[in-house]
Amino acid sequence: MLSRTADHLYWMARYIERAENMARLLDITHKMSLVPNARRSEETIWQPPVSIAGNIAAFAQDYGVYSTHNVFRYLALDIRNSSSIVSTLNSARENARAVRVAMPSEMWENINALWLELHARLRNGIGEGDLGEFCDWVKSSSHLFRGVTFGTMLRDDAFHFVQLGGAVERADNTARLLDVKYHLLLPASEEVGGALDYYEWSALLRAVSSFQAYQKIYRDRIEPWRVAELLVLRADLPRSLHACLDQLMPLLEKLGGNESLRLAGELHARLHYGRMEDIFQEGLHEFLSEFILDNSQLGAEIQRSFLSTPV
Amino acid sequence: MSPKHYYNEMVDPQDRVRSLYAGTAEWLSGIRPEQLEEKRAEAEILFRRVGITFNVYGEEAGAERLIPFDIMPRILSACEWQTISKGAIQRVRALNAFLWDIYHEREIIRAGIVPESVLTNPMYRPEMIGVDVPGGIYAHIAGIDIVRTGENQFHVLEDNLRTPSGVSYMLENRKMMMRLFPELFHRHPIAPVEHYPQVLLDNLRAVAPPGVRNPTVVLLTPGAYNSAYFEHAFLAQQMGIELVEGQDLFVRDDAVFMRTTGGSRRVDVIYRRLDDDFVDPLAFRPDSMLGVPGLISVYRNGGVSLANAIGTGVADDKAIYTYVPEMVKFYLGESPVLENVPTYRLARQDDLAYVLEHLSELVVKEVQGSGGYGMLVGPAASKAMLSDFRARILDKPENYIAQPTLALSTCPTLVEQGIAPRHVDLRPFVLSGKTVSLVPGALTRVAMKEGSLVVNSSQGGGTKDTWILEARTPC
Repeated sequence: MLSRTADHLYWMARYIERAENMARLLDITHKMSLVPNARRSEETIWQPPVSIAGNIAAFAQDYGVYSTHNVFRYLALDIRNSSSIVSTLNSARENARAVRVAMPSEMWENINALWLELHARLRNGIGEGDLGEFCDWVKSSSHLFRGVTFGTMLRDDAFHFVQLGGAVERADNTARLLDVKYHLLLPASEEVGGALDYYEWSALLRAVSSFQAYQKIYRDRIEPWRVAELLVLRADLPRSLHACLDQLMPLLEKLGGNESLRLAGELHARLHYGRMEDIFQEGLHEFLSEFILDNSQLGAEIQRSFLSTPV
Repeated sequence: MSPKHYYNEMVDPQDRVRSLYAGTAEWLSGIRPEQLEEKRAEAEILFRRVGITFNVYGEEAGAERLIPFDIMPRILSACEWQTISKGAIQRVRALNAFLWDIYHEREIIRAGIVPESVLTNPMYRPEMIGVDVPGGIYAHIAGIDIVRTGENQFHVLEDNLRTPSGVSYMLENRKMMMRLFPELFHRHPIAPVEHYPQVLLDNLRAVAPPGVRNPTVVLLTPGAYNSAYFEHAFLAQQMGIELVEGQDLFVRDDAVFMRTTGGSRRVDVIYRRLDDDFVDPLAFRPDSMLGVPGLISVYRNGGVSLANAIGTGVADDKAIYTYVPEMVKFYLGESPVLENVPTYRLARQDDLAYVLEHLSELVVKEVQGSGGYGMLVGPAASKAMLSDFRARILDKPENYIAQPTLALSTCPTLVEQGIAPRHVDLRPFVLSGKTVSLVPGALTRVAMKEGSLVVNSSQGGGTKDTWILEARTPC
């Protein structure tokens, strides 16, 4: 297939995934801000999402104060922010439109309908009060996109590039979310196990659709280290780092990647053979930072070997 | 002219429904006006969802527009269609013969039928002199614009031989009508048009460079921001071929390749939807970012085929148009099935004098204008516009032609006030390659404004599904 086509498909999938994860991040942060909390101010709750997924300097300049209203506007609706939900959905649709021929028409119509509805919603106005519903809509739109992809696309390279984009982006997003939230949530003292803890850890799990999985697997109270294990090492949890790499490996094999396959293999080995004790000994933050870096290097290699169009 | 002077395709001057429209009239009588409006709105939503839109240059993203779709069908009988298709095929055969001739022997000039000045026409491409294109075919896809002025009176208004567009609307309008009004399809024996992309692909494959056994065909588009991008994407998808941009192609060792994830792959036939000027910055406009450097050199050597060929514009120029009936006689030895609209060539003294005297009754067009731009509609023009145009004509008379204001036929059309007659034209698409043929269907364009005779979409015109009813008895 054309390199340019592969590029558009890959980025279309990345942008959809990014929009979904942004919605998850906003949603969980919003839920955390809803319960009375003496430990944290509105600012300490709303600052981390901006640092994960935005640009602190740009936010400070355009908005200043970290509040539900401001961060929601910045991360969801602001088209000056290229990572906002509206911007990423616009980009996804623009990429799709450029290669609408390369996908089944049902898939294109699905993504086009999503974009049309987004703009209808924007015309009607989206306020702070719509945050929960809006994020839910973004998430279910992404589910729908994934479903139509699975249900209609021929299993050829085009399909593989769509999957590839989704997996690389998802790995990045899960790692970032866990990195920031984990440290925010870890209690300063030993007083764990309270109602607030339960609420917040369960919100984090819900943000990555893993709350029920946690309960099913551990059948026990929510322990921070288990949350980390679940999101990093469990291969059977679809949004975990291990699961993302499990998905990436065969795709790169099918597409005939050399260096990209090697990079992914290294990352995969770390997750496949890694033990949580060792990761904690090294430091979870250090482990995740390195993962994020290596994963983005993998993304750059994919771009270099398959997608860019050298003259 | 009062409405009675126009040929109304649905009702006769005594207000009786013509037999062709009897089924539609009966169906209409059983449907409430609100239902029609609902269907119209539904069609609009569906078109938006499918993304059958065109971009408006200079407006922000999201300002994609729909071409108005009229839910009232236009109906033609099998016999009417026989005349139209025979005439259109004949015309395209003559035009292809003409194109071969003026890039080779120039017999028609030597015979004194077409003046030698055609060789200095800016659309004449000296690069094509002596180049042998496969099958001698230049206009693989031709859109022949036809107007109707009476019961059996069809005239060709214009030949479009460069990159004619609109066929996707013929196909999508049909799909939409089947979805909105399946009951109408039970009542009428409507000839199918859905195989158009297959016929197109067969023809494109047939004009591959000699010796290529399993040719790779691609569609070259200027990109997603082009106003006809939907059509490019649609046709590529329907034919199952790659939709490429200039940046996806490159020239090496006297061949054209596309860049793919698995390396480079040879391309044999390019259905290009890019004007001559833009296809190769080395041969034509050096500032073109859309084309492929070196393409024309490969093309001239026969390493790749282009559809349509380079240099077809010289044959659809409005000044050359006047000679087409004579071309039919000269090359085919036949008499034209479809006549031209009477046309004055202002390069001729007599014609110029007549036109200047009757300017307010005539339509004056620029020889190379298209899309309804650069045109004077005498009866609708103000005094100032008339005198302005008079000055422009006197400055360069050879740049203009004039035609009488045509009594374009009307078809019932759903407008705000309900169903009312509006003027229409017809664009069938003639395909050449393996054979010369057309699918039984065409694009009908309709002027949505009352009294307007301008059907171009750039001027607010809409489209209709066009039905050719299959014959129960031979014509």
